[in-house]
Amino acid sequence: MAILTYREALNRAMVEEMEKDPLIYLMGEEVGHYQGAYKVSQGMLDKFGEERVIDTPISENGFAGIGVGSAMTGLRPIIEFMTWNFSLVAIDQIINSAAKMNYMSGGQFPMPIVFRGAGGVGGRLGAQHSQAFESWYAHCPGMKVVCPATPKDAYGLLKSSIRDNNPTIFIESEVLYGTKGEVPEQEYTIPLGLADIKRKGTDLSIITWSRALGFAEEAAKILEKEGISIEIVDLRSLRPLDEQAIYESVKKTNRALVVEEGWPVAGFGAQVAYLIQKNAFDYLDHPVERVTQKDVPMPYAANLERESLPNAERVAQAVREILR
Amino acid sequence: MVLIRKFEEAAAKAYSIGKIGGFLHLYIGQEAVGVGSIAALEPKDYIVSTYRDHGHALARGLKPKPLMAELFGKATGISKGNGGSMHFFDKNAHFMGGHGIVGGHISLAAGIAFSSKYKKEDSVTICFFGEGAANIGSFHEGLNLAAIWKLPVVFICENNHYAMGTPEYRALAVKDVSVRAYAYDMARDHIEGDEVRKVHDHVKVAVDRARRGEGPTLIEISTYRFRGHSMSDPAKYRTKEELDSYKKKDPLFRARTELISAGILEKDLDALDLSIQEEVDEAYQFADESPEPPLSQLYQSVYAEDK
Ligand SMILES: Cc1ncc(C[n+]2csc(CCOP(=O)(O)OP(=O)(O)O)c2C)c(N)n1
Repeated sequence: MAILTYREALNRAMVEEMEKDPLIYLMGEEVGHYQGAYKVSQGMLDKFGEERVIDTPISENGFAGIGVGSAMTGLRPIIEFMTWNFSLVAIDQIINSAAKMNYMSGGQFPMPIVFRGAGGVGGRLGAQHSQAFESWYAHCPGMKVVCPATPKDAYGLLKSSIRDNNPTIFIESEVLYGTKGEVPEQEYTIPLGLADIKRKGTDLSIITWSRALGFAEEAAKILEKEGISIEIVDLRSLRPLDEQAIYESVKKTNRALVVEEGWPVAGFGAQVAYLIQKNAFDYLDHPVERVTQKDVPMPYAANLERESLPNAERVAQAVREILR
Repeated sequence: MVLIRKFEEAAAKAYSIGKIGGFLHLYIGQEAVGVGSIAALEPKDYIVSTYRDHGHALARGLKPKPLMAELFGKATGISKGNGGSMHFFDKNAHFMGGHGIVGGHISLAAGIAFSSKYKKEDSVTICFFGEGAANIGSFHEGLNLAAIWKLPVVFICENNHYAMGTPEYRALAVKDVSVRAYAYDMARDHIEGDEVRKVHDHVKVAVDRARRGEGPTLIEISTYRFRGHSMSDPAKYRTKEELDSYKKKDPLFRARTELISAGILEKDLDALDLSIQEEVDEAYQFADESPEPPLSQLYQSVYAEDK
């Protein structure tokens, strides 16, 4: 086992896939000469040259469109958004072109494209730079939505995303880039749509993904001291969704809490809560609860930002209230 | 210009010890552009800026105290601590924001100018952006709409030759952004931005044209940022020689030399520098001592009705 950062794991996945398949290229702002705004593509320009590691002007809608067009004609693009905040400039190409191309052409144009980049909230970046958008993209059929939380998952899931013949929204967590974890040296992939039980427990299931996994794990440790046993289901991908893993966990613990970084209204956690009450209702001892970012644009002031973000203590408190 | 320089040097210091969070994009080196341009405006006119907005705000006459307090995320900040470095707003001063999405604000500026025309107020809007922003859709759409409706707006491209780490020659098919004006049948201009008076004189021509109802202008002003793109950028993509060559053209130094040759005494300029430094120090202290926003502010202003 090697110890890699989340960033290095992503880099390794891209490098290995690009070495194998010359049709794969990486495109985005500052991915080449600058070595990536968050250094995920460090060293890749040297390895693959300017034809395959391509810097673009600031024109998200344009280069997302380039990606989709090139995928229609056989290439396998990896399109990096410097952060997902700026993907909104390109959301038309992502949703109106990429997500529907195969469907509306009657299956003529599979779309082997990965849109990836930094996402998530925090860091005092303010309202326009600190947002979690996985719920937005998961809303739209035709795409896969992947949100890894550990270096090991990041590597295996990115490889699967690159090999997938569908458009994949691969949202990396900006605050996790530097975190370290064990990554097997042997090559491996992780199928999209397979959740992972990150912690076994008996009293309550926390269902989560991406950086919010950290809040759940921390909360579980706090609660353990109080004699509460938490099971943590890391969804890893929201589309396809591993519903079975959720139900099995809930059947065991009879209580569920969804923890996410995004806003509460029409957020993905609402979908999970609906599915649980629909398909595991008989096993529930308490309504499904949620911990989310507060329902406000992200404020800049340190104390207000702290107040608006989900964290371990809020998770622990929510659990205590459910179990009371 | 000196106020901007000293304000930002103080901000950089506060950032390095964690009193300011998030991104901090400094304007140091570009001061003559903001100061010269905004001096061509009247109080009824509007300014729209980017995330590199400290210089524009100070040039507009916004006070250092609420600006520094905003950087510190305090209740006394110009946006009550909700905005931070990238989002200065002052409605009374017609300072229509620092905006964080590259180029998105260019069509907002056209909208503000549209409003002036609609309401028959003869206000002019100046919109600042970098050469990197000239590649985004909102630029093209905003300029085209401004041109077909002859909106009173002056688009000022502050070309500091880099968009983050991307030099202009790798991002612009035609290096001179100002010639894009031809595509929209718009007036254009292109100048160097190291002489504040020259900047003023050229921008004034465009502002007057807009005020007469003769439509928008696209001006490219060539300049340079002495620091990295933001505080977290070591700016390894450019050479020390290049930086040094621009530092020789420091707009502050030029202005000082010009003033001295016009007969202003050096000791008067030094005294002025000192009093500006005091003003900045006071702003720093004010920001540091100001209270954080009350937690009740979290849900305020999400909707217009939220008080
Ligand atoms: C739509 C969008 N894409 C990317 C970014 C990230 N970003 C912030 S500033 C910047 C460079 C902008 O350069 P330029 O417009 O030349 O202005 P300068 O910073 O040089 O003043 C980039 C890529 C962003 N904020 N918005």
